Amino acid sequence: MSDIAPQSHVLSASLRREFVLAFRNRGEVANPLIFFFCIIIFVPLGISPEGKVLAPLAPGMIWIVALLATLLSLDRLFRSDWEDGSLEQMLLSGQSLYLIVINKVFVHWLTTGLPLTALSPFLGVMMSLPAEGYLPLVSSLFLGTCCLSLIGAIGAALTVALRRGGLLLSLIIMPLYVPVLIFGTAAVRSAIDGYSVSGQFAVLGAMLTAALVLAPLAVSGALRISVDS
Amino acid sequence: MNKAQLSLVNLSCEREERLIFSGLNAQYDAGDVVHIAGPNGVGKTTLMRIVTGLSSHYEGEVRWCGEVARGYEFHSSLLYHGHHAGINPSLTPLENLHWYFGLNGVAAASARSSLDTVFLNALAKVGLTGYGDIPCLHMSAGQQRRVALARLYISEAPLWVLDEPFTAIDKAGVAQLEQRIDDHAKSGGLVLLTTHQASALGNLKTLNMAKFAGGEQ
Repeated sequence: MSDIAPQSHVLSASLRREFVLAFRNRGEVANPLIFFFCIIIFVPLGISPEGKVLAPLAPGMIWIVALLATLLSLDRLFRSDWEDGSLEQMLLSGQSLYLIVINKVFVHWLTTGLPLTALSPFLGVMMSLPAEGYLPLVSSLFLGTCCLSLIGAIGAALTVALRRGGLLLSLIIMPLYVPVLIFGTAAVRSAIDGYSVSGQFAVLGAMLTAALVLAPLAVSGALRISVDS
Repeated sequence: MNKAQLSLVNLSCEREERLIFSGLNAQYDAGDVVHIAGPNGVGKTTLMRIVTGLSSHYEGEVRWCGEVARGYEFHSSLLYHGHHAGINPSLTPLENLHWYFGLNGVAAASARSSLDTVFLNALAKVGLTGYGDIPCLHMSAGQQRRVALARLYISEAPLWVLDEPFTAIDKAGVAQLEQRIDDHAKSGGLVLLTTHQASALGNLKTLNMAKFAGGEQ
Protein backbone atom coordinates (compact mmCIF):
# COMPACT_ATOMS: atom_id res chain seq x y z
CA MET A 1 0.00 0.00 0.00
CA SER A 2 1.54 3.26 -1.06
CA ASP A 3 1.18 6.29 1.19
CA ILE A 4 0.00 9.60 -0.04
CA ALA A 5 2.78 11.81 -1.42
CA PRO A 6 4.04 14.49 0.98
CA GLN A 7 2.85 18.03 0.36
CA SER A 8 6.36 19.31 -0.33
CA HIS A 9 6.53 17.00 -3.36
CA VAL A 10 3.12 18.16 -4.53
CA LEU A 11 4.15 21.77 -4.14
CA SER A 12 7.41 21.44 -6.06
CA ALA A 13 5.96 19.15 -8.74
CA SER A 14 3.00 21.38 -9.52
CA LEU A 15 4.97 24.64 -9.31
CA ARG A 16 7.63 23.27 -11.64
CA ARG A 17 4.96 22.15 -14.09
CA GLU A 18 3.18 25.52 -14.10
CA PHE A 19 6.43 27.42 -14.65
CA VAL A 20 7.52 25.15 -17.50
CA LEU A 21 4.09 25.44 -19.10
CA ALA A 22 4.08 29.23 -18.78
CA PHE A 23 7.51 29.32 -20.40
CA ARG A 24 6.56 26.96 -23.25
CA ASN A 25 3.37 28.91 -23.98
CA ARG A 26 4.92 32.34 -23.66
CA GLY A 27 3.04 33.68 -26.68
CA GLU A 28 -0.26 33.12 -24.92
CA VAL A 29 1.14 34.53 -21.71
CA ALA A 30 2.33 37.70 -23.43
CA ASN A 31 -1.04 38.30 -25.06
CA PRO A 32 -2.71 40.21 -22.18
CA LEU A 33 0.40 42.32 -21.68
CA ILE A 34 0.44 43.38 -25.30
CA PHE A 35 -3.27 44.14 -25.06
CA PHE A 36 -2.65 46.31 -21.97
CA PHE A 37 0.22 48.11 -23.65
CA CYS A 38 -1.65 48.76 -26.91
CA ILE A 39 -4.79 50.20 -25.33
CA ILE A 40 -2.85 52.61 -23.14
CA ILE A 41 -0.74 53.70 -26.12
CA PHE A 42 -3.92 54.29 -28.14
CA VAL A 43 -5.60 56.52 -25.56
CA PRO A 44 -3.33 59.58 -26.01
CA LEU A 45 -3.43 59.02 -29.77
CA GLY A 46 -7.20 58.70 -29.89
CA ILE A 47 -8.31 61.25 -27.30
CA SER A 48 -5.69 63.95 -26.91
CA PRO A 49 -2.02 63.98 -26.06
CA GLU A 50 -2.57 66.94 -23.70
CA GLY A 51 -1.66 66.30 -20.07
CA LYS A 52 -4.62 68.33 -18.81
CA VAL A 53 -7.06 65.97 -20.53
CA LEU A 54 -5.23 62.73 -19.77
CA ALA A 55 -4.19 63.20 -16.15
CA PRO A 56 -7.72 62.90 -14.65
CA LEU A 57 -8.34 59.80 -16.75
CA ALA A 58 -5.03 58.11 -15.99
CA PRO A 59 -5.72 56.14 -12.76
CA GLY A 60 -9.08 54.82 -13.89
CA MET A 61 -7.94 54.04 -17.42
CA ILE A 62 -4.85 52.09 -16.34
CA TRP A 63 -6.86 50.16 -13.76
CA ILE A 64 -9.69 49.31 -16.15
CA VAL A 65 -7.32 48.04 -18.82
CA ALA A 66 -5.35 46.01 -16.27
CA LEU A 67 -8.64 44.44 -15.21
CA LEU A 68 -9.63 43.62 -18.79
CA ALA A 69 -6.18 42.21 -19.53
CA THR A 70 -6.53 39.87 -16.53
CA LEU A 71 -9.97 38.83 -17.71
CA LEU A 72 -8.52 38.04 -21.13
CA SER A 73 -5.99 35.67 -19.61
CA LEU A 74 -8.39 33.78 -17.34
CA ASP A 75 -9.93 31.51 -19.94
CA ARG A 76 -6.75 29.49 -20.36
CA LEU A 77 -6.19 29.00 -16.61
CA PHE A 78 -7.78 25.53 -16.40
CA ARG A 79 -8.64 24.96 -20.07
CA SER A 80 -5.71 22.74 -21.11
CA ASP A 81 -5.84 20.71 -17.88
CA TRP A 82 -9.51 20.08 -18.54
CA GLU A 83 -8.96 19.08 -22.15
CA ASP A 84 -6.09 16.65 -21.68
CA GLY A 85 -7.44 14.99 -18.53
CA SER A 86 -4.81 16.39 -16.14
CA LEU A 87 -7.60 17.91 -14.09
CA GLU A 88 -9.07 14.45 -13.44
CA GLN A 89 -5.67 13.25 -12.33
CA MET A 90 -5.33 16.22 -9.97
CA LEU A 91 -8.68 15.39 -8.36
CA LEU A 92 -7.86 11.70 -8.12
CA SER A 93 -4.44 12.19 -6.59
CA GLY A 94 -6.24 12.75 -3.28
CA GLN A 95 -4.05 15.78 -2.65
CA SER A 96 -5.36 19.01 -1.27
CA LEU A 97 -6.83 20.85 -4.23
CA TYR A 98 -6.34 24.06 -2.28
CA LEU A 99 -2.59 23.68 -2.67
CA ILE A 100 -2.74 22.83 -6.37
CA VAL A 101 -5.14 25.68 -7.10
CA ILE A 102 -3.12 28.25 -5.20
CA ASN A 103 -0.02 27.16 -7.13
CA LYS A 104 -1.78 27.63 -10.43
CA VAL A 105 -3.16 31.03 -9.44
CA PHE A 106 0.22 32.13 -8.10
CA VAL A 107 1.94 31.33 -11.40
CA HIS A 108 -0.91 32.98 -13.28
CA TRP A 109 -0.39 36.14 -11.24
CA LEU A 110 3.39 35.99 -11.70
CA THR A 111 2.93 35.85 -15.46
CA THR A 112 0.02 38.31 -15.76
CA GLY A 113 -0.56 40.51 -12.72
CA LEU A 114 3.05 41.13 -11.83
CA PRO A 115 4.16 42.17 -15.35
CA LEU A 116 1.08 44.41 -15.58
CA THR A 117 2.12 46.04 -12.33
CA ALA A 118 5.69 46.44 -13.50
CA LEU A 119 4.53 47.93 -16.79
CA SER A 120 2.13 50.42 -15.20
CA PRO A 121 4.62 53.25 -14.36
CA PHE A 122 5.68 53.47 -18.01
CA LEU A 123 2.08 53.67 -19.07
CA GLY A 124 1.58 56.25 -16.33
CA VAL A 125 4.05 58.41 -18.26
CA MET A 126 2.05 57.92 -21.45
CA MET A 127 -1.09 59.00 -19.59
CA SER A 128 0.60 62.02 -17.91
CA LEU A 129 -0.06 60.64 -14.44
CA PRO A 130 0.90 63.22 -11.79
CA ALA A 131 4.09 62.33 -9.89
CA GLU A 132 2.29 61.63 -6.58
CA GLY A 133 0.26 58.91 -8.26
CA TYR A 134 3.04 56.50 -9.26
CA LEU A 135 3.73 54.75 -5.98
CA PRO A 136 0.02 54.29 -5.11
CA LEU A 137 -0.68 53.08 -8.67
CA VAL A 138 2.01 50.41 -8.53
CA SER A 139 1.18 49.29 -5.00
CA SER A 140 -2.58 49.25 -5.58
CA LEU A 141 -2.08 47.22 -8.77
CA PHE A 142 0.26 44.88 -6.90
CA LEU A 143 -2.43 44.05 -4.33
CA GLY A 144 -5.30 44.40 -6.76
CA THR A 145 -4.03 42.08 -9.49
CA CYS A 146 -3.56 39.34 -6.86
CA CYS A 147 -7.25 39.72 -6.00
CA LEU A 148 -8.17 39.72 -9.67
CA SER A 149 -6.30 36.46 -10.34
CA LEU A 150 -7.81 34.75 -7.30
CA ILE A 151 -11.38 35.87 -7.94
CA GLY A 152 -11.08 35.23 -11.66
CA ALA A 153 -10.01 31.65 -11.01
CA ILE A 154 -13.48 30.97 -9.55
CA GLY A 155 -15.10 32.00 -12.82
CA ALA A 156 -12.56 30.06 -14.86
CA ALA A 157 -13.22 26.93 -12.82
CA LEU A 158 -17.00 27.28 -13.10
CA THR A 159 -16.93 27.70 -16.88
CA VAL A 160 -14.14 25.30 -17.81
CA ALA A 161 -16.54 22.54 -18.85
CA LEU A 162 -18.57 24.81 -21.11
CA ARG A 163 -17.73 24.91 -24.77
CA ARG A 164 -18.03 28.69 -25.06
CA GLY A 165 -17.55 29.84 -21.51
CA GLY A 166 -15.88 33.16 -22.32
CA LEU A 167 -18.97 35.34 -22.18
CA LEU A 168 -20.35 33.64 -19.09
CA LEU A 169 -16.97 33.96 -17.42
CA SER A 170 -17.03 37.74 -17.91
CA LEU A 171 -20.59 37.98 -16.59
CA ILE A 172 -19.79 35.97 -13.47
CA ILE A 173 -16.56 37.77 -12.71
CA MET A 174 -17.33 41.39 -13.55
CA PRO A 175 -19.51 42.17 -10.49
CA LEU A 176 -16.88 40.62 -8.22
CA TYR A 177 -14.20 42.83 -9.75
CA VAL A 178 -16.11 46.04 -9.07
CA PRO A 179 -15.00 46.56 -5.42
CA VAL A 180 -11.36 45.94 -6.34
CA LEU A 181 -11.59 48.51 -9.12
CA ILE A 182 -13.31 51.09 -6.92
CA PHE A 183 -10.76 50.91 -4.11
CA GLY A 184 -7.80 50.58 -6.46
CA THR A 185 -8.60 53.73 -8.42
CA ALA A 186 -9.72 55.57 -5.28
CA ALA A 187 -6.29 54.99 -3.73
CA VAL A 188 -4.50 56.54 -6.71
CA ARG A 189 -6.92 59.47 -6.95
CA SER A 190 -6.69 60.27 -3.23
CA ALA A 191 -2.90 60.27 -3.43
CA ILE A 192 -2.99 62.69 -6.38
CA ASP A 193 -5.41 64.96 -4.48
CA GLY A 194 -3.09 64.90 -1.48
CA TYR A 195 -5.24 62.83 0.89
CA SER A 196 -4.21 59.84 2.96
CA VAL A 197 -4.46 56.49 1.17
CA SER A 198 -4.15 54.14 4.15
CA GLY A 199 -7.90 53.46 4.21
CA GLN A 200 -8.07 52.31 0.61
CA PHE A 201 -4.98 50.17 1.01
CA ALA A 202 -6.38 48.60 4.16
CA VAL A 203 -9.51 47.61 2.24
CA LEU A 204 -7.47 46.28 -0.69
CA GLY A 205 -5.36 44.26 1.73
CA ALA A 206 -8.45 42.92 3.46
CA MET A 207 -9.94 41.89 0.11
CA LEU A 208 -6.71 40.14 -0.83
CA THR A 209 -6.61 38.25 2.47
CA ALA A 210 -10.22 37.17 2.12
CA ALA A 211 -9.67 36.12 -1.49
CA LEU A 212 -6.52 34.21 -0.57
CA VAL A 213 -8.36 32.18 2.06
CA LEU A 214 -11.72 31.70 0.38
CA ALA A 215 -11.21 31.76 -3.40
CA PRO A 216 -9.17 28.52 -3.63
CA LEU A 217 -11.94 26.72 -1.72
CA ALA A 218 -14.53 27.98 -4.18
CA VAL A 219 -12.26 27.07 -7.10
CA SER A 220 -11.77 23.53 -5.77
CA GLY A 221 -15.50 23.07 -5.43
CA ALA A 222 -16.15 24.49 -8.88
CA LEU A 223 -13.53 22.20 -10.44
CA ARG A 224 -15.12 19.14 -8.84
CA ILE A 225 -18.51 20.17 -10.22
CA SER A 226 -17.04 20.81 -13.67
CA VAL A 227 -15.40 17.36 -13.81
CA ASP A 228 -18.51 15.68 -12.42
CA SER A 229 -20.90 17.11 -15.00
CA MET B 1 -3.63 -2.81 5.76
CA ASN B 2 -6.30 -5.21 4.61
CA LYS B 3 -6.03 -7.04 1.37
CA ALA B 4 -7.29 -5.24 -1.69
CA GLN B 5 -11.02 -5.66 -2.01
CA LEU B 6 -13.51 -3.66 -4.00
CA SER B 7 -17.24 -3.96 -3.38
CA LEU B 8 -19.96 -2.34 -5.40
CA VAL B 9 -23.14 -2.30 -3.35
CA ASN B 10 -26.48 -1.84 -5.07
CA LEU B 11 -25.16 0.80 -7.48
CA SER B 12 -27.52 2.61 -9.77
CA CYS B 13 -27.01 5.58 -12.00
CA GLU B 14 -29.47 7.91 -13.62
CA ARG B 15 -28.53 10.65 -16.10
CA GLU B 16 -30.82 13.03 -17.97
CA GLU B 17 -33.87 11.21 -16.57
CA ARG B 18 -32.67 7.95 -18.07
CA LEU B 19 -31.76 5.01 -15.90
CA ILE B 20 -28.37 3.81 -17.12
CA PHE B 21 -27.96 0.86 -14.79
CA SER B 22 -29.37 -0.28 -11.49
CA GLY B 23 -29.04 -2.99 -8.88
CA LEU B 24 -25.35 -3.53 -9.59
CA ASN B 25 -23.76 -5.68 -6.90
CA ALA B 26 -20.29 -7.11 -7.25
CA GLN B 27 -17.26 -7.89 -5.17
CA TYR B 28 -13.68 -8.35 -6.31
CA ASP B 29 -10.56 -9.34 -4.42
CA ALA B 30 -6.84 -9.03 -4.86
CA GLY B 31 -5.68 -10.84 -7.99
CA ASP B 32 -8.82 -10.22 -10.01
CA VAL B 33 -8.77 -8.72 -13.49
CA VAL B 34 -12.26 -7.52 -14.25
CA HIS B 35 -13.37 -6.88 -17.79
CA ILE B 36 -16.30 -4.48 -17.78
CA ALA B 37 -18.14 -5.50 -20.91
CA GLY B 38 -21.14 -4.36 -22.86
CA PRO B 39 -22.15 -2.39 -25.94
CA ASN B 40 -21.59 1.36 -26.33
CA GLY B 41 -23.64 3.56 -24.05
CA VAL B 42 -24.31 0.87 -21.49
CA GLY B 43 -22.43 2.83 -18.82
CA LYS B 44 -18.94 1.34 -18.72
CA THR B 45 -17.12 4.65 -18.48
CA THR B 46 -19.81 5.97 -16.16
CA LEU B 47 -19.23 3.02 -13.83
CA MET B 48 -15.49 3.66 -13.86
CA ARG B 49 -15.96 7.33 -13.05
CA ILE B 50 -18.26 6.34 -10.19
CA VAL B 51 -15.72 3.86 -8.83
CA THR B 52 -12.92 6.44 -8.94
CA GLY B 53 -15.10 9.11 -7.34
CA LEU B 54 -15.08 11.51 -10.29
CA SER B 55 -18.82 11.18 -10.68
CA SER B 56 -21.33 11.63 -7.90
CA HIS B 57 -24.43 10.88 -9.96
CA TYR B 58 -25.18 7.53 -8.40
CA GLU B 59 -26.90 5.77 -5.57
CA GLY B 60 -25.45 2.90 -3.64
CA GLU B 61 -21.96 2.45 -2.28
CA VAL B 62 -18.44 1.84 -3.50
CA ARG B 63 -16.35 0.20 -0.82
CA TRP B 64 -12.59 -0.27 -0.83
CA CYS B 65 -11.19 -2.70 1.77
CA GLY B 66 -14.48 -2.53 3.62
CA GLU B 67 -14.65 1.24 3.90
CA VAL B 68 -16.53 3.75 1.81
CA ALA B 69 -14.02 4.56 -0.90
CA ARG B 70 -13.64 8.32 -0.82
CA GLY B 71 -10.77 9.12 1.54
CA TYR B 72 -7.02 9.58 1.13
CA GLU B 73 -6.54 5.87 1.70
CA PHE B 74 -8.53 5.11 -1.42
CA HIS B 75 -7.00 7.79 -3.61
CA SER B 76 -3.47 6.73 -2.75
CA SER B 77 -4.41 3.18 -3.80
CA LEU B 78 -5.85 4.20 -7.15
CA LEU B 79 -4.41 4.56 -10.61
CA TYR B 80 -6.90 5.82 -13.19
CA HIS B 81 -6.28 5.80 -16.92
CA GLY B 82 -9.13 7.62 -18.64
CA HIS B 83 -10.18 8.57 -22.16
CA HIS B 84 -8.09 11.69 -21.73
CA ALA B 85 -4.77 10.40 -20.56
CA GLY B 86 -3.69 13.37 -18.46
CA ILE B 87 -0.62 13.99 -20.59
CA ASN B 88 0.07 17.66 -21.27
CA PRO B 89 1.23 18.03 -24.89
CA SER B 90 3.53 20.97 -24.12
CA LEU B 91 5.53 18.92 -21.63
CA THR B 92 8.01 16.14 -22.31
CA PRO B 93 7.23 12.58 -21.14
CA LEU B 94 9.72 12.98 -18.31
CA GLU B 95 8.12 16.21 -17.13
CA ASN B 96 4.68 14.63 -17.32
CA LEU B 97 5.79 11.68 -15.20
CA HIS B 98 7.58 13.91 -12.69
CA TRP B 99 4.38 15.86 -12.23
CA TYR B 100 2.16 12.79 -11.95
CA PHE B 101 4.35 11.05 -9.42
CA GLY B 102 4.95 14.27 -7.53
CA LEU B 103 1.22 14.27 -6.87
CA ASN B 104 0.77 10.55 -6.45
CA GLY B 105 3.96 9.48 -4.75
CA VAL B 106 6.46 6.81 -5.66
CA ALA B 107 8.72 4.74 -3.41
CA ALA B 108 11.97 5.94 -4.95
CA ALA B 109 10.92 9.53 -4.28
CA SER B 110 14.41 10.67 -3.43
CA ALA B 111 16.69 12.60 -5.75
CA ARG B 112 15.36 13.90 -9.03
CA SER B 113 18.19 12.20 -10.91
CA SER B 114 17.38 8.74 -9.56
CA LEU B 115 13.72 9.33 -10.41
CA ASP B 116 14.82 10.18 -13.93
CA THR B 117 16.32 6.71 -14.26
CA VAL B 118 13.14 5.09 -12.96
CA PHE B 119 11.04 7.05 -15.44
CA LEU B 120 13.39 6.44 -18.37
CA ASN B 121 13.29 2.71 -17.63
CA ALA B 122 9.51 2.78 -17.63
CA LEU B 123 9.46 4.73 -20.90
CA ALA B 124 11.84 2.17 -22.40
CA LYS B 125 9.43 -0.59 -21.38
CA VAL B 126 6.58 1.05 -23.30
CA GLY B 127 8.84 1.44 -26.33
CA LEU B 128 9.74 5.09 -25.97
CA THR B 129 13.51 4.80 -25.60
CA GLY B 130 15.07 8.15 -26.45
CA TYR B 131 11.79 10.07 -26.29
CA GLY B 132 12.26 11.31 -22.72
CA ASP B 133 12.94 14.92 -23.64
CA ILE B 134 10.75 15.40 -26.70
CA PRO B 135 7.58 17.44 -26.09
CA CYS B 136 4.56 15.14 -26.34
CA LEU B 137 2.92 17.26 -29.05
CA HIS B 138 5.56 16.00 -31.48
CA MET B 139 4.52 12.41 -30.84
CA SER B 140 1.83 10.25 -32.43
CA ALA B 141 -1.46 9.52 -30.66
CA GLY B 142 -0.30 6.02 -29.80
CA GLN B 143 2.97 7.28 -28.37
CA GLN B 144 1.15 9.80 -26.19
CA ARG B 145 -1.06 7.01 -24.84
CA ARG B 146 2.11 5.02 -24.16
CA VAL B 147 3.51 7.85 -22.04
CA ALA B 148 0.43 7.58 -19.83
CA LEU B 149 0.75 3.79 -19.75
CA ALA B 150 4.35 4.09 -18.55
CA ARG B 151 2.75 4.94 -15.18
CA LEU B 152 1.72 1.30 -14.90
CA TYR B 153 5.39 0.31 -14.65
CA ILE B 154 6.11 2.76 -11.85
CA SER B 155 2.99 3.08 -9.74
CA GLU B 156 2.55 1.11 -6.54
CA ALA B 157 -1.20 1.62 -6.42
CA PRO B 158 -3.01 -1.71 -6.00
CA LEU B 159 -6.22 -0.68 -7.76
CA TRP B 160 -6.00 0.07 -11.47
CA VAL B 161 -8.99 1.49 -13.27
CA LEU B 162 -8.17 1.44 -16.98
CA ASP B 163 -10.70 2.85 -19.41
CA GLU B 164 -9.85 1.59 -22.91
CA PRO B 165 -6.12 1.21 -22.22
CA PHE B 166 -5.51 -0.46 -25.59
CA THR B 167 -6.80 2.42 -27.72
CA ALA B 168 -4.27 3.43 -30.38
CA ILE B 169 -1.75 0.82 -29.14
CA ASP B 170 -0.24 -1.63 -31.64
CA LYS B 171 -0.46 -5.45 -31.34
CA ALA B 172 2.91 -5.97 -29.71
CA GLY B 173 2.14 -3.18 -27.27
CA VAL B 174 -1.19 -4.74 -26.34
CA ALA B 175 0.44 -8.10 -25.65
CA GLN B 176 3.04 -6.43 -23.44
CA LEU B 177 0.39 -4.47 -21.60
CA GLU B 178 -1.65 -7.59 -20.95
CA GLN B 179 1.47 -9.18 -19.52
CA ARG B 180 1.91 -6.21 -17.19
CA ILE B 181 -1.75 -6.35 -16.10
CA ASP B 182 -1.40 -10.05 -15.44
CA ASP B 183 1.76 -9.51 -13.35
CA HIS B 184 0.03 -6.81 -11.37
CA ALA B 185 -2.91 -9.07 -10.57
CA LYS B 186 -0.57 -11.89 -9.57
CA SER B 187 1.28 -9.62 -7.17
CA GLY B 188 -1.96 -8.83 -5.31
CA GLY B 189 -3.38 -6.00 -7.39
CA LEU B 190 -6.87 -5.50 -8.70
CA VAL B 191 -7.61 -4.31 -12.23
CA LEU B 192 -10.84 -2.99 -13.74
CA LEU B 193 -10.65 -2.48 -17.47
CA THR B 194 -12.82 -1.86 -20.47
CA THR B 195 -11.83 -2.86 -23.96
CA HIS B 196 -13.51 -3.84 -27.19
CA GLN B 197 -10.61 -6.03 -28.25
CA ALA B 198 -10.59 -9.76 -27.64
CA SER B 199 -8.34 -10.21 -24.67
CA ALA B 200 -5.75 -12.92 -24.25
CA LEU B 201 -5.77 -12.57 -20.49
CA GLY B 202 -6.38 -15.92 -18.82
CA ASN B 203 -7.95 -15.20 -15.47
CA LEU B 204 -10.39 -12.60 -16.72
CA LYS B 205 -13.62 -12.03 -14.81
CA THR B 206 -16.36 -10.37 -16.82
CA LEU B 207 -18.86 -7.86 -15.51
CA ASN B 208 -21.54 -7.68 -18.16
CA MET B 209 -23.12 -4.27 -17.86
CA ALA B 210 -25.99 -5.24 -20.16
CA LYS B 211 -27.41 -7.35 -17.32
CA PHE B 212 -27.97 -4.24 -15.21
CA ALA B 213 -29.20 -1.97 -17.96
CA GLY B 214 -31.98 0.50 -17.22
CA GLY B 215 -35.61 -0.43 -16.81
CA GLU B 216 -35.56 -3.31 -14.33
CA GLN B 217 -35.95 -1.25 -11.20
